[in-house]
Parts: sequence; C-alpha cells; structure tokens
Amino acid sequence: MARAHARTSVLESPLHAEAPFSVTGSYAITPAHAHKLIARALARGGDFADLYFEYRRSTSIAMEDGLVRSVGGGVDAGVGIRVVQGAAVGYAFSESLEPDEMLRAAETAGRIASTGRTRGKARIAQRAIASRYRVEREVVDAPGDVRIALLRRADQAARSYAASIIRVDAALVSVHRELLVVSSTGHMIYDVQPMVRLSVSSVARRGTRVESGSSSGGGRYGLDYFNRVSPEEHGRDAARVAIINLDSRATPAGTLPVVLAAGDSGILLHEAVGHGLEADFARKRTSNYTDRVGQVVASPLVTVVDDPTIASSRGSINVDDEGVVPSEHRLIEAGVLAGYLHDRISAAHFGVEPSGSGRRESFREIPLPRMSNTFMAPGEDAPEDIIRSVKRGIYAVKFSGGQVNISNGDFVFSLTEGYLIEDGKITAPLKGANLIGNGPDALNTVTMVGHDFVLSDGMWTCGKDGQSVPVGVGMPTVKLERLTVGGTTVE
Amino acid sequence: MLTALGVDHAEVSVGQGSELEVSVRKGEVELIKEAVSHGMSVRVIRDSRVATSATTDFGSEALERFLARTVEMATIAEQDSLAVPPDPGELATTRRPELDLFDPRSDRIDADRAIRIAMSAEKAAFRADKRISNSEGASFSRSSGHGVLATTGGFVGHNAGTYQSLVVQAIADDEQGKKRNGSYWTGSRFFAELEPAADVGREAARRAVAQLGARKMPTGVYPVVFDREVARTIVGLLASCVLGDAVYRDRSYLHKRVGTKIASELVTIVDDPLISRGPGSRAFDGEGRAVKRNVVVDRGVLKTFLLDTYSARKLGLSPTGSAAGGGGIPHSSTSNLLLKKGKGKPASLLHGIDRGLYVCKMMGFGFDPVTGNFSRGAEGFLIERGEISVPIGEITISRNLDELLKGIDKVAADLELRTATASPSFRVDEMTIAGT
Repeated sequence: MARAHARTSVLESPLHAEAPFSVTGSYAITPAHAHKLIARALARGGDFADLYFEYRRSTSIAMEDGLVRSVGGGVDAGVGIRVVQGAAVGYAFSESLEPDEMLRAAETAGRIASTGRTRGKARIAQRAIASRYRVEREVVDAPGDVRIALLRRADQAARSYAASIIRVDAALVSVHRELLVVSSTGHMIYDVQPMVRLSVSSVARRGTRVESGSSSGGGRYGLDYFNRVSPEEHGRDAARVAIINLDSRATPAGTLPVVLAAGDSGILLHEAVGHGLEADFARKRTSNYTDRVGQVVASPLVTVVDDPTIASSRGSINVDDEGVVPSEHRLIEAGVLAGYLHDRISAAHFGVEPSGSGRRESFREIPLPRMSNTFMAPGEDAPEDIIRSVKRGIYAVKFSGGQVNISNGDFVFSLTEGYLIEDGKITAPLKGANLIGNGPDALNTVTMVGHDFVLSDGMWTCGKDGQSVPVGVGMPTVKLERLTVGGTTVE
Repeated sequence: MLTALGVDHAEVSVGQGSELEVSVRKGEVELIKEAVSHGMSVRVIRDSRVATSATTDFGSEALERFLARTVEMATIAEQDSLAVPPDPGELATTRRPELDLFDPRSDRIDADRAIRIAMSAEKAAFRADKRISNSEGASFSRSSGHGVLATTGGFVGHNAGTYQSLVVQAIADDEQGKKRNGSYWTGSRFFAELEPAADVGREAARRAVAQLGARKMPTGVYPVVFDREVARTIVGLLASCVLGDAVYRDRSYLHKRVGTKIASELVTIVDDPLISRGPGSRAFDGEGRAVKRNVVVDRGVLKTFLLDTYSARKLGLSPTGSAAGGGGIPHSSTSNLLLKKGKGKPASLLHGIDRGLYVCKMMGFGFDPVTGNFSRGAEGFLIERGEISVPIGEITISRNLDELLKGIDKVAADLELRTATASPSFRVDEMTIAGT
C-alpha cells in the first residue's frame, strides 16, 4: 500500500480519470471542497462523515441468435453523503455535483446527529494506493466491431459444437467506474475500477426434449481477459452443458454425500458462512454466528478466507467504499471461527480496526459489510481420490445461485450441472436440483479437501438488502459427507 | 433533437422520483435516508439498427452529447427488420383510464412521522411475545415518481405513482445458536390503506415464534399447501414462461402450448393493468400502446403469451400491450398478474391431508424455464390429519412446474392485492420433499 507523496498543491489523477469530479473534470473536487462538505455534514455533530463520489460508464451488446440485436450504454454519476452517530446513519445523495445541491445533501444527512459534538476533524489529504487491476485498454473503450467480433467467436463456437444446438445468445457488458471516497478521518482516495463480463447461453433440442446451458466469465480486466479465457471456451462450455443436460435424468431426493467440483462451488462458502460473518449481523446479534469467535464452526480441514486483494478478480477492490484500504480477512482457521467482516460502524462497536469490507452498490446506497473474494484454502487430497471415496452421491459442478437465512444458518444453492457418483465413479448427468444445508452443520461434514484450488471466472453478483455488488468465489474439490439434495426421485 | 440526428424512431422516457427511508432498531433510529433523483432512458432506431442508453445528466450540453452518442451506437448494431415501433393506431389514445395511483399525502410524510410508525410497529413485536428477544428492526419507506414517455410517433404519456411500505423483522432465540426470524410487511400506493403498524409488528412476532424448534421432515412424496405469500412466487415462475422474450428465445417450456392444458381447471390467471390503485397498474405500456386485461390461463388452458411488439413479431402473433417501461431495450412484463380466487379459507385446504407440508417461505433460485424443473428450499409446518402441527425447515420441495400446476387440486379465496403478482393459497396434490 503506497503512502501519499508530500504534494500539497497538485493532485494525482490516475490513468483514465474522466469523471466530472476528477482533477480534470468540470466539477473537480479538491480537499478544500471536500472539507467544506464534510464540515456542513457534521455541523450538528456526529462521529464521522464520508463523501462517496461515483461515476460509471457502461456499454453492453446483446447478440441474439447471431444478430447484434442492440447496443446499449449509459452514464451515471453522483455523490452520496453519510453521517454516522453511534449506530445511527443519516444519508442523502445527489445526482448533481452543483455545490449548493451537494451542500443540501450534506445538511440532510447531518440531521441524524443531535449531540452538537464531533470528534476533532482531521486534515483531508489525498492518498495514493496500489492497484490490483490497472488496465490499459478497457473493454468499454474498444471499438464496436472489436466487441462484436468477440461475441461472434463465442456464438460460432457454441453453434458449431453439435447439431442439436438450436439457439445461442450472448452478451458482453463492460463498465468503467471511478470513485472518490473522502472520510472525515482524513483520507481522500481515488480508484478506477474496470469490469468486463461475457455470458453465453445455448439451447439444445433432441426430439421433444429441450435443455439449456450457459457459461460466463470476466473480471477486472481489459481486452486481455480474452487471451486468458477465449470467447470460444465460453461458447463451447455453454453448448457442452446444454448437450449433457439432454441426457440428464431425475435427481435422487434425500440426504447424500456431495462432492463439490473446484471453482464455482465456492458459493457454498458464500452462503454457508460468508453472509453470517458480515459484522453488522454480529453487532446486532441476529446471525447464528453471533458470539462464536474462537469456537469450532467447521471441520479442521476447513480454512475460509475473504481476500479483496487478488489481482484482477471480479470481487477485488483497491479501496472499500468507506475509504479503507483492505487486506486479506481470515474468517475460519482450521475449523475455528477467527473473525468477522467489518465496516466502520461494526469495527468501532467491536473495538477493532476497520478491515475494508464496507461496500455499496452505488452512491445512492449506504455501505454495509460485504464479501469480496471468498474461498476455501486447498488441502492435501487428490480430486480423483475424493470421487473414488463415494459409494453413492452427487458430483456438483455448475450452479445458478444461492441464498441464506442468516438467522438460522440454512442455506441453499441450485445445481445446473451435476452427476451421480456410483461406486466411486461419475456416471449419469442429473437434472437441476436445489441443495440445502445448515452452515456449521454442513461445514462440519467436510471430510476431504483437494489440492486443486480454482478461483471462479468472474461472474457472480451478491445481493443483500436490495444492494448488488460483484464478488468472487473459489474452492478446491471438497467432499461433504451429508447434504440434502432436492431431487424428485425418492430412493 | 433526435429527428435532427436522423433517427427513424425514438422513445424517450424521463422520470423523477423522491424517496424517504427510515429504519429503527430496538427503539433507536438506525437510518434516515432521503433523496430526489431523476433519469432519462432512450431507445433509437436508425436504418433498422437499435441502440439504447441512459443518463442522469440533464445539462443541455451533456444531453446533446448523450443523444449524439446514442445515435452513434446504433451504427454498430445490425439491421433488425422486426425492430419496429407500434402502429400509430394501436397507441393509447388521449382518453386514458384514471387508475388512481398517486396519493398526494405520501410526499408529506416526513422523517419524524415515519420514525414514529416504525417504532410503534417494532414495539408491538416485542410486546407480542416475551420470546421475542431481538429484532433486525422495522423500516418505513415512501417513494413517489413522475414519468413521461414520448415517442417520435407522436405519443406522449404521463404517469405518476406513490408507494409506501412498512416491514418488521422480529427474532426469537432457538437452540444451537440458531435464531428464528419472523418477517411481515404492509405496502400500498395509498398511505391510508396500510395495515396498522401494531398489527404488522404482532404478526412478525407470531411468525418468528411459530418457527421455534423447526426441524427437517422425512424425505418422501407429500401433498403440499402453499400459503398465498409463497403461492404468488409460483405464479411468478409461470409468468417468466409466458413473457414474449422467453418464448421467442426458446427458453420457455410453454412454447407452442397455447390452446392446450397447462394447469388444473381450478387455475385461471389474468394480467390486468387497469385495476384501480393496483401495484402493477399502468395506463399505457412501455411503447405507448393501449393496454387491456389479458386472460393468460382460463380454467387450466393457456390462452395467450404476454407480448410486446418485438416478441409478437418474432412469434407471428399479436402484441398484447405488455411492453415494459419505456426507453430501454424492449421486452415484455406483467402488470397486475393474478390467480383468480377459489372458495373457502386457507384452513380448508388442509382437510383430507393425512400427512403433508404447509409452505410459508421458500429460498433460492431453483427454476429452469426451459424445462419447467423446479426445486427450492422451503420452511413451514407439517400437516397431520388435517391440522397444522410442528414447524419444519431445512428441506427442499421439488416438482416440474408443468406437473405442479396440473396438480393444483384446491384454491382458497384469500387473494389480496398487496403485490403486483398475487395469488390465493392453494394446494398441490403431491411434491417430492427432501429432508432426512
């Protein structure tokens, strides 16, 4: 993490800064401007205040059945102003960066406070930070024909995979986002956040049977993403799953051993543990992981980490949305609960330093403790041995999403590509089914952890309280002795 | 401005809104959030090429640049002969129905009043049962919006609406560190039509306490009763299979099923945009087209899909006035989608069930519109000999939606219009439950 150089009069402007509030923008925000807004926000008191300037330029292209049906895009910008007193938050946002509109928003936010007292105001100074996703050529700036060519490659690869593929749809979305976060604690930090996401889905038909399959990926990359994972790979995978599903049969119902393939199955962690460890729930004592730091919550083979610093990953952030520069968070160490994911409010409550987990969907929303890239550390087992150890169970490969009830810890995730394991061998493909378990119970049944760690390709979005943020997940191959499988065939 | 840039057709949708949201928890204010926002979204067609764009910057220079960029984007799209606007004769005329969607009292509710309402709801939850030891809080929010849709075809339509809601989440402590969260909410376009705050709090508390001791049930095939709040989710899944985009993209198991039986005779589902004060009501659709009530399913038979201009042309059918909000890439949406009420109270659905499940909540996204395969997490109560008995959780319910809808063998009369998609409670003859 770089420290700011001693430049008091010249502000650093990162590569590609184009936001109206950047140094060269029509509404450039200097420390002096920020100071004035913060002072107005804290005029009635409060523990701290922050300003969150956000600018977002996005483009999307939808290719339907080989036709570029439409090209879309948009620009959005504004500032969110927050005042915090204890656990109470006052919040207002403005889409206009006119000084009097922003001051009005600061006053509105400040109405939450009533003590008339604030902690000493720190001097606001810009601070430079390291970047894990510095991109020279963002996809959002690539010419239209370049972006369309990528989609066409994915489309062709899916279409030519098999004769039974009757339809292919693909979309490429890219976003250039800039944020400037200023906190009354003194930090003023600028970040440029690129994002690209390609998704392909296909439909296959054989006789009267119709099935679908999809593949998505991306991250904080530029066009170089497509040198790592080609559009053809996504096209072929979308087709592959649709074709396999043509042979899928009814899934068994009941409690069975489940082997989770490496990569996307990390959403198990996201749901089973991740949300429950967001510190706002711990502060309010509403999650089933309340008061459990130091206790055993999983088998000793399980170590779970949330790491915002992984280079170029979809869930990574150089700075959180409260202006805190984050580091890796060790959540579970060899089965023992090690800590929570804190925002500023919960960190103050628990008497710890904020760790950079405060995130928000946009300047229109308050920050909350959120995950970044959540994964399980690899173990020692060979993936082949893990599968061989199962007499009858499920091998779960691809998923469409999950959800958790943080009060009781029950979580679900939906399988979209899965297979039966019989006598240690992967056999029949299975129709999609919901898997359900309870956080600590499920993690206590982990008996084998593979050495084959995979970080998921950037495709996941996490929702909480109506706010979506991009996240990453990762897993090695893992065996759970018991998970409830929502099939339709009672054994 | 857009015709000067050479577009053949454009739709512009401009909106402005204001919102207030407050949350309280354990008697203390937790959040006060207020804002006014605005936005514009545009769809342009030039030489049969389509582009869509959105902005919040209404400065005149910025707008000019925005519109020019949008038109430029259209040059990248490919020609699509089906991307045409509606016939002028099919647009909503100037005599539009008054749907009574705007409550002038709404914007006058200030933060102090909102806080008092939330506080009294939460207090009622704590008072209702001493096992309520905690709460996620109570939230009250109100929002109002005004919008204008204009098209180069000459359509101009204005809409305005308000909405307010109150939600309470009460928590009771259970064994093994688990907590039981009971949640209830009231919402309406008109402030006076909200349920009393104390009732909301008490119901949230009742639901939390009712789940104490919830456990799995044995895996098997059972009759299942869906409480109306969950039943509407099932109706929503059907909706995703009758919207035009899913059908023409080969992503609906109902493709080519119009005129055939897709549900039991007890099932009639209607999409009605003209319900006074309806949460999903609209006087014209997102393309400016006139709207009408559409019978989607009539006594089990599929009568129509819900189509905007584009999906109708793709399928060679007539549009049904179901285009979603204007200015973006056109697609269809439901308005007020209702499963018609049957007879009797929800309790009557339990009669004759020796052993079954009453579902109050579902979890997860397990539904595939291409095949109709449905599998989700569920919570509720065991039904034994026609009565509600112990609380059940951590189970899944599964059955292909095609079979599920045909297996609806009883529909109660408890339909309420609290949400745009709504249903009475109903019973399904059997589903596979995975538990122990």
